[in-house]
Amino acid sequence: MSSHYEAPIREPLVLGEKSYADISADVAAPVLGKANKSWWIVFTIALIAFLWGLGCIIYTVSTGIGVWGLNKTIGWAWDITNFVWWVGIGHAGTLISAVLLLFRQKWRMAVNRSAEAMTIFAVVQAGLFPIIHMGRPWLAYWVLPIPNQFGSLWVNFNSPLLWDVFAISTYLSISLVFWWTGLLPDFAMIRDKTESPFQKKIYGILSFGWSGRAKDWQRFEEVSLVLAGLATPLVLSVHTIVSFDFATSVVPGWHSTIYPPYFVAGAIFSGFAMVQTLLIIMRKVSHLESYITVLHIEYMNKVILLTGGIVTVAYGIEYFIGWYSGVPYENYTYLSFGAATGPYWWAFWALITCNFIVPLTLWVKKLRRNIMWTFLVALIINIGMWFERFDIIVVNMSKDRLTSSWTLFQPTFVDIGTFMGTIGFFFVLFLLYARTFPVIAQAEVKTILKTSGAGFKKLRADHGDN
Amino acid sequence: MYTLPSKLKLFSIILIVLGLAGITYGFLTTPKTIGDVNEILAQQEGHEATSHHNAETSNFVDTMRGDEGYSEAAMEHATDLSAEGQGASSHEEHMLHQFQTRPWSATFVAAFFFMMIALGVLVFYAIQYASQAGWSPVLYRVMEGITAYLLPGSIIVFLIVVFAGTHFFPWQNEELVAGDKILQDKSGYLNFPFFVIRGVIYLLGWNLYRYFSRKNSLDQDNATDFAPYRKNFKASVFFLIFFLITEATMSWDWFMSMTPHWYSTLFPWYIFSSLFVSAITVIALVVIHLRSRGLVEFISDKHLHDLAKYMFAFSIFWCYLWFGQFMLIWYANIPEEVTYFIIRIQEYQVLFFGMLILNFVFPILLLMNSDYKRVPWFVVITGVVVLIGHYIDVYLLVMPSTVGHHYGFGIPEIAAILFFLGLFILVVGNGLAKVSLRPKNDPFIRESENYHF
Repeated sequence: MSSHYEAPIREPLVLGEKSYADISADVAAPVLGKANKSWWIVFTIALIAFLWGLGCIIYTVSTGIGVWGLNKTIGWAWDITNFVWWVGIGHAGTLISAVLLLFRQKWRMAVNRSAEAMTIFAVVQAGLFPIIHMGRPWLAYWVLPIPNQFGSLWVNFNSPLLWDVFAISTYLSISLVFWWTGLLPDFAMIRDKTESPFQKKIYGILSFGWSGRAKDWQRFEEVSLVLAGLATPLVLSVHTIVSFDFATSVVPGWHSTIYPPYFVAGAIFSGFAMVQTLLIIMRKVSHLESYITVLHIEYMNKVILLTGGIVTVAYGIEYFIGWYSGVPYENYTYLSFGAATGPYWWAFWALITCNFIVPLTLWVKKLRRNIMWTFLVALIINIGMWFERFDIIVVNMSKDRLTSSWTLFQPTFVDIGTFMGTIGFFFVLFLLYARTFPVIAQAEVKTILKTSGAGFKKLRADHGDN
Repeated sequence: MYTLPSKLKLFSIILIVLGLAGITYGFLTTPKTIGDVNEILAQQEGHEATSHHNAETSNFVDTMRGDEGYSEAAMEHATDLSAEGQGASSHEEHMLHQFQTRPWSATFVAAFFFMMIALGVLVFYAIQYASQAGWSPVLYRVMEGITAYLLPGSIIVFLIVVFAGTHFFPWQNEELVAGDKILQDKSGYLNFPFFVIRGVIYLLGWNLYRYFSRKNSLDQDNATDFAPYRKNFKASVFFLIFFLITEATMSWDWFMSMTPHWYSTLFPWYIFSSLFVSAITVIALVVIHLRSRGLVEFISDKHLHDLAKYMFAFSIFWCYLWFGQFMLIWYANIPEEVTYFIIRIQEYQVLFFGMLILNFVFPILLLMNSDYKRVPWFVVITGVVVLIGHYIDVYLLVMPSTVGHHYGFGIPEIAAILFFLGLFILVVGNGLAKVSLRPKNDPFIRESENYHF
């Protein structure tokens, strides 16, 4: 009996009678082939959105932050909403690659590469906002504790905004290293497969001379495990630190001790929704249905259900404690009776509908395995999680302690344009990635082929387990 | 088949008897009148010149909001806080209440500690089913054996919280509520009938799941298909939902409402992390015990390694939540909230920060190395430290809120630990003894028995 025994009750993770060569060929096909017309159309749209966003950013920086809809009461709105939204999306990638590796989930292997790419591209978008929402972004380097000519004037390490700098930059670098390490064998595969000398050169450089010796693989596995062990507390702490931006304050609704784990759960929830959105399209256009199967989509839906459930319980706790605290200010916080009936009632109900009510449908197995429905729900969750951050930031600030400072927020076209621009930028990066990178970790999928491949499972069923 | 070794059985019975005697002693020797308190005070002043009089006034916020939060007596006392109103009689009355509360608190801490282990194991068990884990089915009988304690344990805890009354829950004092606007506002939730109903719901939900999941799990041994397994899968998912909700309300009911003016949104999950890591530790300890008797050859080093990894990971998780709650309250320093930590840091400093070493530093250092996680005595040592640490954790949830600075670790506390430890060993031993420790016909059992990594 080998260590590769798998219970027959488990569904196959690789469909069709695939061999190792088939996997390489399927994964390499989009890289070796040419982009079709629809790719160019989508790419152009994304690029235009990106350029438009870039214009908005340049306009903001050169004219002043006043071109946004912010006011004296609500100093953070779309900028930080988008920042938290993008960071949150980036969390699913690390969850899939690190946490699921620690939990030895074999199904992660078909989705981890794209999830990690999504992380990196999402964190890049997120990283824009802390810079561009500054009044004087050209002094941004002052946030770094660099010895200087002002008598070595340093930063104050007590601010969660400074912790953000460290959290986000560490997160981006570790994710990048983790992702790239995993890519080495796959780049090597493309290098060895391509006919074009130019591609051979490029992938030769990218793959760092990977030759796949036993010792290399041994080290590779160890590094992956160590990085996964480091990335897991990292992923928790990054969004925890993002949550500290609010929770350390004394603003009613922001100051809440549940924020650290609740933000992390929300990040995984929204991140998985984004993975679903991307992979459902990608499996279709890149012909990867045999690897990203309905089972993968169902598993991801189950993670969405779990984290959505945790988030829902956190909403309940917030709402309850808001009442239980007996503090009158708590009645205007984003999860309170006051918010549900106040001027931002639509944002409150958008949050409840998109994050709680609609995902409940995934409890039905038929809907959970329905690709179209999953796609729809995933989109709705993405919208809902944007509203969650908007509610937390804007609703809580709109009615703070002094009634004389109560006000509402109205975004300008620059707020909206910048957000659209980051979406465009994200898709520019992701579309380029989908054409040039092996989007499935073929080396990893090959390790589970003989235990979890449909063909091999059938062989075992026919000929016995031993 | 396991039988509780006769020596261990005798040992547990001795613990129960000793513990019961100690608990009774604790209840009988509490001061009955203010005169008794004065005697104790006279004795104490002989021993230590500096008494804790200033601590009485430390809770300035509740004073401003109307009263103190620690216990009924503390709250009553607060009305007298003005300099001239610091009447000796009310001060002693307050002390009397705290002295009388101590045996209740001591019993409750130990009772809850052992119940939370059984409950945590049940949650871990449900997670294994719901996640279709391939490594853990060999542990099902072990976990079912430990959860046998849930029924007696939860009933005792329930009885204590119902009968403790104002010893624990100041909001049950009608006079106090009548004069306290904040408590009146909360009475929609904090009222005795609803409190009891909620307790009954928790008890029913948890124990019914325990009963049916074990029944299904045993049925699977003789089944020809996977129907009992599938039933258990469903039951586990629904139990986990039920638990996620009731665990939060349970924490509010039984712990947070001891200081009814204080609130923290993270609090329920913080208690969960403590419960969960203690439970996994106990699973590991029981497995090591059974393996040392050669009864579970099918549970390998690899399974132990996994359990140790969970101990490691959830020790860190516990610390994460501890830090999250503490740091946010410390940072914002909002008077309503900091009172909770002020008393714990001022009066319980060594325990409060020492617990961090036991619950976080110790396991993280000892269980970091992969090889150490397979060495039974290493896991045992870490496990014992972690359990002591989480006993202190529960102690710190209860004592500062109920007896204030009149805490101690004497006969009532030790006796309560002995009693519930004895009961735990006896019940769990019998729970393990009834059936074969090797599950059969589970769809993942073979995967679990062949488990390597």
